[in-house]
Amino acid sequence: MEIGLNHYLILSTILFAIGLVGVMRRKNLLLLFFATEILLNSVNIAFAAISHYYGDLTGQMFAFFVIAIAASEVAVGLGLLIVWYKRHGTIDLESMTSMRG
Amino acid sequence: MEKYLYIALFAPLVSSLFSALFTATPKKQFVGIVASFLIFSAFVSSYILLGHIMDGGEPIHVEMMTWMATGNLYIPFGFVVDQISVTMMMVVTLVSTIVHIYSIGYMDHDKGFNRFFAWLSAFVFSMMILVMSDNYAGLFIGWEGVGLCSWGLIGFWFHKDIATWAANEAFIMNRIADLGMLIGLFLVYWNTGTLQYEGAFAAFAQLDTATLTWIGIFLFIGAMGKSAQFPLHTWLADAMEGPTPVSALIHAATMVTAGVYLVIRSNELYSLIPHVGLFIASLGAFVALFAASMALVNRDMKRIIAYSTLSQLGYMFAAAGLGAYWVALFHLMAHAFFKALLFLGAGNVMHAMHDELDPFKMGGLKKVMKWTWIMMTIASLALAGIFPFAGFFSKDTILEAAFAEHHMVIYGVLLFTAGLTAFYSFRLVALIFHGEERYKIFGIHPHEAYRFMLIAMSPLLILAMIAGVFQAPFFEMVEEILGAAEYHIHSHVTLWIMLVGTQIFVGLAILYAYKKYGTWSSVPDGSSKMENSFIYKLLYNQYYIPYAYEEYIVKPYNEISEILWTKVDQKIVDASVDGIAGFFYSAGENTRDMQSGNLSTMLKWMVAGIIILLSLAVVFGLAARYSGEIMAILSGLGV
Repeated sequence: MEIGLNHYLILSTILFAIGLVGVMRRKNLLLLFFATEILLNSVNIAFAAISHYYGDLTGQMFAFFVIAIAASEVAVGLGLLIVWYKRHGTIDLESMTSMRG
Repeated sequence: MEKYLYIALFAPLVSSLFSALFTATPKKQFVGIVASFLIFSAFVSSYILLGHIMDGGEPIHVEMMTWMATGNLYIPFGFVVDQISVTMMMVVTLVSTIVHIYSIGYMDHDKGFNRFFAWLSAFVFSMMILVMSDNYAGLFIGWEGVGLCSWGLIGFWFHKDIATWAANEAFIMNRIADLGMLIGLFLVYWNTGTLQYEGAFAAFAQLDTATLTWIGIFLFIGAMGKSAQFPLHTWLADAMEGPTPVSALIHAATMVTAGVYLVIRSNELYSLIPHVGLFIASLGAFVALFAASMALVNRDMKRIIAYSTLSQLGYMFAAAGLGAYWVALFHLMAHAFFKALLFLGAGNVMHAMHDELDPFKMGGLKKVMKWTWIMMTIASLALAGIFPFAGFFSKDTILEAAFAEHHMVIYGVLLFTAGLTAFYSFRLVALIFHGEERYKIFGIHPHEAYRFMLIAMSPLLILAMIAGVFQAPFFEMVEEILGAAEYHIHSHVTLWIMLVGTQIFVGLAILYAYKKYGTWSSVPDGSSKMENSFIYKLLYNQYYIPYAYEEYIVKPYNEISEILWTKVDQKIVDASVDGIAGFFYSAGENTRDMQSGNLSTMLKWMVAGIIILLSLAVVFGLAARYSGEIMAILSGLGV
């Protein structure tokens, strides 16, 4: 069986769903970051697959940008996370309710 | 000469602003003195201008600056001193100078001394704008200005409910009339393209009679309000709640004559539409009689004089309506002198009697108030039109004009009213100054007014006596602009019979008043036969007109307002506005729980939102794509 575009897109959808569930369910900030990474990378897979399918490099370039932005986001996010941990001794989401309306 | 024009116009404004600086401070004598001096300088300037005009000088016309210039509309702040306006300026500045000086004494013990002068001078300024403007728009500004100052001065003692009520009544009644005036001004502009007197008068000749009639009627409605003509007359009597100098200046000598001034100023309009003129004259004659009859029985000194003012305004309108504009203007001037004198005299009496207004509670005051007695007697003689005082020359000329124009009904009414005038004037004088000293029952110790107040009044006294000699020079001055209609009765015999007959009739009325009231000894308590007669009650209650207004206009209006307020405003307008606001408020109130601050919850909401938006996008995308098919299905279903 040849691996075609549909397979990649199905993989991407599955990964996206996993990431989405992770974003919604996880209570640990670090695991939330993991879930975000899964979301982003599922999109990257879709980009790369479609780019290949159409023979157009724009999609793959876009995937690189997403990777770059994801990396910087994680760098900033982890920094904040460490600061938070030093201050409060926990990175549980339930403890972060200072924005309560 | 322009210099004097500006002094006459702006000295009152300076005076008003100066006095206004001290409104929040306790009484300061110099405020009154400075204000009087500034008004006096306006008087001197007016006098110089009068000399210039009387010497045959050209009317002075200045355009101070542009006020409005848009498209075809051009209205400048322009002022003109011609024969009409200089007469008015003299009357206004002279009476207001005297009233200012008099007020220093009259308002002596009043807390609002400084404020009083600020309002009073502001009034003079507005009145000067009214009479000096060279266009209808400027006149209207002055018109509204005097209305505002009148409101402020009638309600000067604002702690009294009745005073504020009277002030509001005057203001609202004038607003009703001003609407008419405003429509008149729009019509003038619409049809002539200008509001300048010169341009508008020149253009009137080309307009058709129907248009001119409408313009004339609407302008006259404005005049009716300001000059308190029937049926807008009730405010004038109630305006007597204001301080007496105000009544003398505003509600006798100047502001109420603004309506007459408007008709005289627009004489070129009204001479084109004699049928409207006849209506004005008839209304004037009616008001003369109507007001005089109410003055016959009233028991409030100031109201009697106010009705007398109303009646005399009727005379002026009768003259102006018949085309005798110069006669109307002359009577306006003479009336200003003796009526202001009468009011100021009444002010002295009021002060002496501790604000008692019922002449039946006075009596015998001539012993303690000799000069006031003399002044009020002479003013009343002038008002009654006894030779050789001012009223004789002005009022008899009105009668002659009516006679010469063959309007015998108007003549008859005016003649009869002259008798009534004499009667009620001397009823008042007799009750106040003669007879038994009834005030002693009430434990009052009257005293004469300050000497300087009496001296301030003396120019009016002299003018009330001798104003008749000005008739010939006045006629020479204004004939160029107001038409040279001298009213000569053809036969000398008729003229003499008329003159002497009128004098005898008026004299008999005076004697009757003295005989009936000169020895009055008791305070009526409402039990006498006369007081219970129908006519007495009718007149005493002012023909029940205020009652009717209250009952059939004010109350229904109040009820309609109440219904509109509770039913329409609260239930519909407010409810819908509040409903919209309330919906958003409660929506926010109910959804604020979403903002738990928990990141996990928020992310769940975010995902939910994305899903909703995505599914909407899909639905709309599909709908757009298959719109043709959907339409076909819908039409198949018969929608």
